Amino acid sequence: MTLIGFWRTHAAEVWQLLGQHVALVLASTLVAIAVGVPVGIIAARRPRLGGPLTAAAGLVQTIPSLALFGFLLPLPFIGGIGARTALVALILYALLPIVRTTIAGLQSIDPSILEAADAMGMTARQRLRHVELPLALPSIIAGVRVSAVVGVGTVTIAAAIGAGGLGEYIYRGLSMVDGTVILAGAIPVAVLAMVVDGALYLLQRNRASQGQSRRAGPVIAAAALLLGAGVAASSLSVGERVVVGSKNFTESVILGELMAQTIERYTDLPVDRRLNLGGTFICEQALRAGDIDLYVEYSGTALTAVFDQPVQRDPSAVLEIVRTRYGDTGRTMLAPLGFNNTFAILVRAADADARGLRTLSQLAAHAPGWRAAFGYEFLERQDGYPGLASLYGLRFADRPRVMDLTLIYRALAAGQVDVIAGDATAGLIEALDLTALEDDRQYFPPYDAVPVVHAATLLRHPVIGAAIGRLAGRVTAADMRRMNYAVDGQRQDPAAVVARFLDTIGGEV
Amino acid sequence: MIAFEAVHARRGSRVVLDDVSLRVEPGETLVLVGRSGAGKSTALKLINRMLEPERGRVLVDGRDTRDWDPIALRRSAGYVLQDVGLFPHMTVRRNVGIVPALSGWAQTRTDARADALLALVGLPPADFGDRWPAQLSGGQRQRVGVARALAIDPPRLLMDEPFGALDAVTRGELHREFARIQREVRKTVILVTHDMREAFALGDRVGVIHDGRLVACDAPDVIRASTDPVVRTLLDAALS
Repeated sequence: MTLIGFWRTHAAEVWQLLGQHVALVLASTLVAIAVGVPVGIIAARRPRLGGPLTAAAGLVQTIPSLALFGFLLPLPFIGGIGARTALVALILYALLPIVRTTIAGLQSIDPSILEAADAMGMTARQRLRHVELPLALPSIIAGVRVSAVVGVGTVTIAAAIGAGGLGEYIYRGLSMVDGTVILAGAIPVAVLAMVVDGALYLLQRNRASQGQSRRAGPVIAAAALLLGAGVAASSLSVGERVVVGSKNFTESVILGELMAQTIERYTDLPVDRRLNLGGTFICEQALRAGDIDLYVEYSGTALTAVFDQPVQRDPSAVLEIVRTRYGDTGRTMLAPLGFNNTFAILVRAADADARGLRTLSQLAAHAPGWRAAFGYEFLERQDGYPGLASLYGLRFADRPRVMDLTLIYRALAAGQVDVIAGDATAGLIEALDLTALEDDRQYFPPYDAVPVVHAATLLRHPVIGAAIGRLAGRVTAADMRRMNYAVDGQRQDPAAVVARFLDTIGGEV
Repeated sequence: MIAFEAVHARRGSRVVLDDVSLRVEPGETLVLVGRSGAGKSTALKLINRMLEPERGRVLVDGRDTRDWDPIALRRSAGYVLQDVGLFPHMTVRRNVGIVPALSGWAQTRTDARADALLALVGLPPADFGDRWPAQLSGGQRQRVGVARALAIDPPRLLMDEPFGALDAVTRGELHREFARIQREVRKTVILVTHDMREAFALGDRVGVIHDGRLVACDAPDVIRASTDPVVRTLLDAALS
């Protein structure tokens, strides 16, 4: 699909995401101005207080934004997924430039001007309003400009925690390995950043050259209007909705869509989709806090990553432990969907055929001449690479590289690496002509796909359990790989793929 | 009327005024002269309560400055600084009218007053009123500074090296202007300078400050004839 075509078919969504994006930037920047300018004024007056204040604001800025979102997630009141957490982080980021430039603007005023103001009998308030703030204004606007432009970029990352905005396309595009979708989000973000930067530059230059104290009213009114429009666009949906989450890779998004459409098909409940929510940790936090009502987890991941239990290889034992643990922590695990998305060690089919390579035991002989790449979780986790390497005696040419899961299949196909760990249900396995090696010594634990629901939600709406229950055991590994390929390989819309799947099994239920 | 009674003042650990007593009558121009750092500017700031004496009293209209509301005290005196301190983000007219505006005058009255004062200091308001301070020469800026100090017709005028940064020709011109304006408005003026010639040109009386002490204070002719060694040193250096 071409970029223009994508925008045309998704016009309503593009406008909504753009509205959310603008609203988040505007709201966070306005709050940062309301807080940052007074803080800057106080800091400029009292260096003993101002030093630590700017140091603290500077410290916040050194935290990578994704990490800051991660820190904020588990906090009460301000944490959780969605726009609220994003706003807190954005405000924290926007503060430093504004505080700094306010201080710099105030301190750069010629002392004789301030002496004149005092000598003519201005009160402290009059001096601030008529002399100091107007003279510091170009500097303050420069800080606002930095904050707003950084904000436009940071909001993009906030999509990872479900805050909305144009970053959703970027994450969606990354997980679908679809450049068009990435550009559909990235281009408006870049244009927005340039427009914001340019507009504030003109304002700053205008202030600096003229120094005239024009009324800030029209600017603030316009900003408020835009903010209102953005909020209206982003929050048309009010009232109680079932919130479905997913992690940020194709299969999880498809399963999220599958949950959402199943609920929409078999109940009257409206559904909110918070797909592409980052990794296991973010989904787990969100579900625990009730920010999402359900998502699809894998039994093995729940066992080791969520509940920190030792690896087990018996599928029914794992399901039993996970079911109990979820029950103890206010969540209900529903019946498995049917397929087991265990890890698969993948090589290029051509390499496998040339060497007659079929199993992991055989891989050990070839490994010293090959390079491997794994996702970060796989490389570090107890049930990931370390155990695998010791069981099969694998030693690769170099230390395995860390690679993003969204890029790893293409890296293998392109010959950048020779061995990767992927998902057994990955659609790209067929699409890119890869081969999964057989786990002949039963290393990988089971990863049965299981819907997990916030228990309170299920009590309020038992129909959700009944609706999702229709899917129990109905999604085979082949179904899953087909759906993954339709989205990853054929660039089809996940919603359409899921709808078609539900149509095919619907009649039989 | 302004009076110092045995005033001691410090800035940090340094004594800048040491047992200074003096009196300025209404309508009189007193020029305090002395080297840089002699304590002249401190004397002006004491009158405005931008500083307070460590010992002794400063009286303005018979009241200790510490009993005055500082804002009211400062608004009752015009202040002219060497660096002028015009507000760069305001037009000349607005600079002159700022104190009336802050004191709640109506806009039309403020503007009329500013224009009258600009005319008084020799800057035609039609030509200069809408200019920005950056568009003025040093002498013109100093004239605006004087106009601003006179804006709400305060009974006192405090001038801190008002003509110090100007070239000799402009300075001479402004001295004549000052004398003319003072004849018209008759303020109680305290002006500080390091320039002995300026002191003799402008002062009804001249006070000589040296190392924080007022070593002489009298009519220019008396000072000129003084045999005090400190006064003589300053005189000889200035008039040679």
